[in-house]
Amino acid sequence: MPARLIARLDIKGPNLIKGVQMEGLRVMGDPCDFARRYYEAGVDELLYIDIVASLYGRSKLTEVVRRTAQDVFVPMTVGGGIRTLDDVTDLLRAGADKVAINTAAVKTPELITQVARRFGSQCMVLSIEAKAMGPGKWEVYTETGREHSGLDVVDWVRRGVDLGAGEVLVTSIDREGGRKGYDTGLIAAISAAVDVPVIASGGYGRTGDLAAALGAGADAVAVADALHYGRKTMADLRAELAGGAA
Amino acid sequence: MKVAVIDYGMGNLFSVRRALDVAGAAEIDVTADPARLALADRVVLPGVGAFADGMAGLTAGGFVPAIRASVAEGRPLLGICLGMQMLMDASEEFGLTPGLGLIPGPVRAIVCGRADGGRRKLPAIGWFPLAPAGANGWDGSVLADLAPQTPVYFLHSFHAEPQDGAHLLAAYDHDGLRVTAAVRRGVVTGTQFHPEKSGPAGLAILRRFLLG
Repeated sequence: MPARLIARLDIKGPNLIKGVQMEGLRVMGDPCDFARRYYEAGVDELLYIDIVASLYGRSKLTEVVRRTAQDVFVPMTVGGGIRTLDDVTDLLRAGADKVAINTAAVKTPELITQVARRFGSQCMVLSIEAKAMGPGKWEVYTETGREHSGLDVVDWVRRGVDLGAGEVLVTSIDREGGRKGYDTGLIAAISAAVDVPVIASGGYGRTGDLAAALGAGADAVAVADALHYGRKTMADLRAELAGGAA
Repeated sequence: MKVAVIDYGMGNLFSVRRALDVAGAAEIDVTADPARLALADRVVLPGVGAFADGMAGLTAGGFVPAIRASVAEGRPLLGICLGMQMLMDASEEFGLTPGLGLIPGPVRAIVCGRADGGRRKLPAIGWFPLAPAGANGWDGSVLADLAPQTPVYFLHSFHAEPQDGAHLLAAYDHDGLRVTAAVRRGVVTGTQFHPEKSGPAGLAILRRFLLG
C-alpha cells in the first residue's frame, strides 16, 4: 500500500496542544487553522485526538471536526472519549471517516465489534498507547497514558483485530514528544501480529525516522510537533516518505 | 444544477454535501423523501457501513423503486463507496444480500492471499493511483478531468466485480491485485473511493459529475 503521511493534532477543548510524553501541555492555537494548512500542503490524512475527553467526558471535539470538514477534503480519524455507538455516529455525521478508540475498547471490548458491525471494520481504528516494560515487551495504557491496563500490547492487538478493528494506531508513550524516532521494535511486533494497516505515532525527530518506521512495517506515519512548530514542511516529509531521505 | 443526496441513515452526509457545495452545486437537497429525486438534475447515493444495513435503509426509506425510476428517466446517478457497491446485483458481505441491480455483477471480499503466498493487508486504506480500465480510457466520464495515475482515497475491504468488462471504468493495483475503483453503465456511475475525501482531484470529479 502507498505509505500515508498523517498530521496528528492533539486537542484540548477548542485548542491544538502539544504535550511532551503526554504531560506538560502547550497551547498552539485553533486546530482548524492547522488542519486547513496541512490539507492545502497535501497531507494524506488528519488524526484528531482529544486528550482530555477520556478523562472528563467529550467536549468540543465534534465541533472541531465539523468546522474542519468545512474546507478540508481528506480523511479524518478522530479519537478521545468515545464510549458508545452514538458517540461514533455523532463524529461520523460531523465529517469524521474513522474513529480511534482506546480506553473504552479496553474496558468494553465488545464496543469494537459493535462499531465494526454498524459502520464497517474500516471505520474502527484500535488506538493503543504502549509503554515499554522490557526488551520486546510493551504494556497497554489507557486514559491518555495515565492508567496501566495489565494487557500485553501484542496480545491485545491480536484480540482487537479479531473483534473487528480494521486499523491500528500505535502511540509510543516513551517516544511521544521526545524527537528520538519511532519505537521500531514496537511497530515491528505489532505489524508481525496482524494483517491490518498500522499507523505509527510518537517520536518523529529527524530525517530518516519515517523510513525507519515504514521499514519496521508501518503503513502510515503520524507526525505532530515537527509540523506544528514548522521544523519540517509537508514537502520535506513527503520527500522523505518517497524514499528521498538519507 | 440541483443535486439530491439520498439520506437513508448511513454515511457522512456532511462531507458529501460540503464537497458538492465547493464543487459548484447550485442547490443541494439532502433528502429522506424518495419523491424528491424526481425534482433534481443529479442524484448522489453516498454511504459508509455494511451492505445489508445500507440496503435495509434504502428499502425502509422507499428509495429502491425511486432510484430505479430516476435512472430509467435518464437522471445521472453517482454512488460513492457503499453507495457504489449497492449499484451492483448483490454482495457477499455477511451473507448474500441483493443490491439495486443497476450494474450486473457481485460485490466480493478483496482476496487476502497473494500469488506468492504472502498476505495482502486489508482493509485497503489510502491513496492509490487510478488507472483507466477500458480501451477508451475514461473520456466522457466523471474522471475525464483527471490524469491517469492520479491518487484518490480508498477505505474498503469489499469491491465490485462487474460481469461485463465494459462496465469497469477504473481500477487500481493493491499488492498485485486489480481492484475495482469505479464502474459505469449509462447514466449510472459508482466510485469505490471517496471523491469527497480525495482533495482537489475528488472535487474535480464531483464538478464533472455536476456539469457533465
